[in-house]
Amino acid sequence: MKLLVAVKRVVDFNVKVRVKADQTGVELANVKMSMNPFDEIGVEEAVRLKEAGTVDEIVAVSMGPQQCQETIRTALAMGADRGILVKTDDELQPLAVAKLLKAIVEEEKPDIVILGKQAIDDDSNQTGQMLAGLLGWSQGTFASKLALTDGEAEVTREIDGGLETVKLKLPAVVTTDLRLNEPRYASLPNIMKAKKKTIDEKSPADYGVDTAPRLKTLKVEEPPKRSAGIKVADAAELVSKLREEGVI
Amino acid sequence: MTMPEDIAAEGQDMEQIRQAVRALCADFPGKYWRQKDRDREYPTEFVTALTKSGFLAALIPEEYGGSGLGVTHAGAILEEIQKSGCNGGACHAQMYIMGTILRHGSPEQKARWLPKIASGELRLQAFAVTEPTSGTDTLSLSTTAERDGDHYVVNGQKVWTSRAEHSDLMLLLARTMPKDKVEKRTDGLSVFVVDMRKALGNGLTIRPIRAMINHSTTEVFFDNMKVPAENLIGQEGKGFRCIIDGMNAERILIAHECIGDGRWFIKKATDYANERVVFGRPIGQNQGIQFPIARAYAAIEAADLMVKKAAAMFDAGQPCGPEANMAKMIGSEAAWQAAEACMQTHGGFAFAEEYDIERKFRETRLYQIAPISTNLILAYIAEHVLGLPRSY
Ligand SMILES: Cc1cc2nc3c(=O)[nH]c(=O)nc-3n(C[C@H](O)[C@H](O)[C@H](O)COP(=O)(O)OP(=O)(O)OC[C@H]3O[C@@H](n4cnc5c(N)ncnc54)[C@H](O)[C@@H]3O)c2cc1C
Repeated sequence: MKLLVAVKRVVDFNVKVRVKADQTGVELANVKMSMNPFDEIGVEEAVRLKEAGTVDEIVAVSMGPQQCQETIRTALAMGADRGILVKTDDELQPLAVAKLLKAIVEEEKPDIVILGKQAIDDDSNQTGQMLAGLLGWSQGTFASKLALTDGEAEVTREIDGGLETVKLKLPAVVTTDLRLNEPRYASLPNIMKAKKKTIDEKSPADYGVDTAPRLKTLKVEEPPKRSAGIKVADAAELVSKLREEGVI
Repeated sequence: MTMPEDIAAEGQDMEQIRQAVRALCADFPGKYWRQKDRDREYPTEFVTALTKSGFLAALIPEEYGGSGLGVTHAGAILEEIQKSGCNGGACHAQMYIMGTILRHGSPEQKARWLPKIASGELRLQAFAVTEPTSGTDTLSLSTTAERDGDHYVVNGQKVWTSRAEHSDLMLLLARTMPKDKVEKRTDGLSVFVVDMRKALGNGLTIRPIRAMINHSTTEVFFDNMKVPAENLIGQEGKGFRCIIDGMNAERILIAHECIGDGRWFIKKATDYANERVVFGRPIGQNQGIQFPIARAYAAIEAADLMVKKAAAMFDAGQPCGPEANMAKMIGSEAAWQAAEACMQTHGGFAFAEEYDIERKFRETRLYQIAPISTNLILAYIAEHVLGLPRSY
């Protein structure tokens, strides 16, 4: 079985993001970047499936600037077999990513595609669903458990009411939730081996995909600062304060 | 010209190594180390994790199962460990003691030990040089090894032999020819690999030393301990040289640990200085608090340059005695400066165990004394670099 896993380069989760002075986005210069944590979970799941003998080959795909190669290397060091980098310095919105992934899927013909349920930078939570739609494949989103049997995938999903288990026909798209697994750290020998694995470099034009943004960002702002609260003596005072503030 | 790309690739796998080490260390938070420190326990779980992930085999060539990297990479691993608040002192010697076998051992000896050291099946992390009477004056050591047929018989005593209880093999420096009979001062000493699993109770006694830090350090006694002759490394009587060239690696690696410690202290101090409010302002707003941290930061950055230079020279196979020694000296002093700043910034809370500062403060102090004390480095620079008269 062949598995494709998508990995996005995002601002590291430890970084306190700052809005750019011109409000067009967040500051990315000299900011530590890492693999999207949900994608890390995706890679881990893929590697576990390979270790279990269910999957034979793992292809890691990333899209964006040259540095996305580092993100792919991390996936290779965790256990992916080879990488594809779709290089572009243009903004890529979820629909563009889904279209590019569709083109790659048509070329690579994987049995399953794993993506993070969302990326921690723009929190769109769209790419996996769009990809399944474009391909006409079944989808199992927010997976907290994944089991593959002949031609089928059983996905346990985290939903508001609890857990839901769905059975999908392969090929399928699966997106990962936080509790699917705990990703490993790469071992030193695997980091060294990853250096020798291949990464194919492509461009959106190679796939004939138009990546022009469909949405326009008007303004990015910091969330309002939280100011200190006040203490109220009793319920009556609370109600009058809330009235004063026009909340009730 | 492929140079710039090569450098970029180097930088990238370095960052990956650092990231992986940080991720590993995240599983061993302050709480883990406080318990180990309190109970004077060996951090077995931490060392096992590092071993399994191959980090301790960084310097062993690939043909023996290691990763074949240089001290630049091995140093980065140790730096990240210290920077994460962990303590590489528990196992750093597993990385470099094998260097003596690698550089001076016979092909049979290398094939016999190195693959098992690389996999972690064999631990070679006890290095018995220092003796109670000779101290820093290594050439005056008095533990003897006398040839008797197909083995040597060892008698004497070592002190501060760290990790002896957590190692399978020990690298031992002993006298095989009396000091007054040798032609050259540096002759007459020999290096042996002692299999402690066999020797313990058969002429070898290990006694733990309660020390200021949790370092599993011991004193060891040899009473007619037999060592097979095939465990002699290099030539008999030429052991000092086999040891000396491993010392540069040791110093450079420990210097990296100092840089890691320094960075840990500076981060801890900065965070607290921003957070702690006294007299209605963050204490970090006072220059009396800012400046010592800023000064320590500058010292660490400067020391880091020396450490990187020494490592690059070592990896390029260039003689780097002065650089390795200076890196260790400046690194250990900068780490101490950062420790001081961090301590003072935290006020009384620095003394509370749960801040980890008092523990790291004790731990980082070691590196101005071991593996070589500051005065001896200064004496070395004065004599061998500046050409001043030998002072001792
Ligand atoms: C926790 C710990 C772990 C250790 N682990 C190991 C280990 O695994 N293996 C091992 O072999 N050793 C180990 N050591 C020993 C360490 O290397 C020595 O303690 C160190 O080299 C200093 O030797 P000494 O203690 O005998 O001090 P001494 O030689 O007695 O020196 C005492 C002081 O006098 C100064 N001094 C001595 N001579 C001169 C001079 N001519 N000019 C100016 N100043 C001088 C020294 O700088 C030092 O400050 C360890 C030590 C400690 C504390």
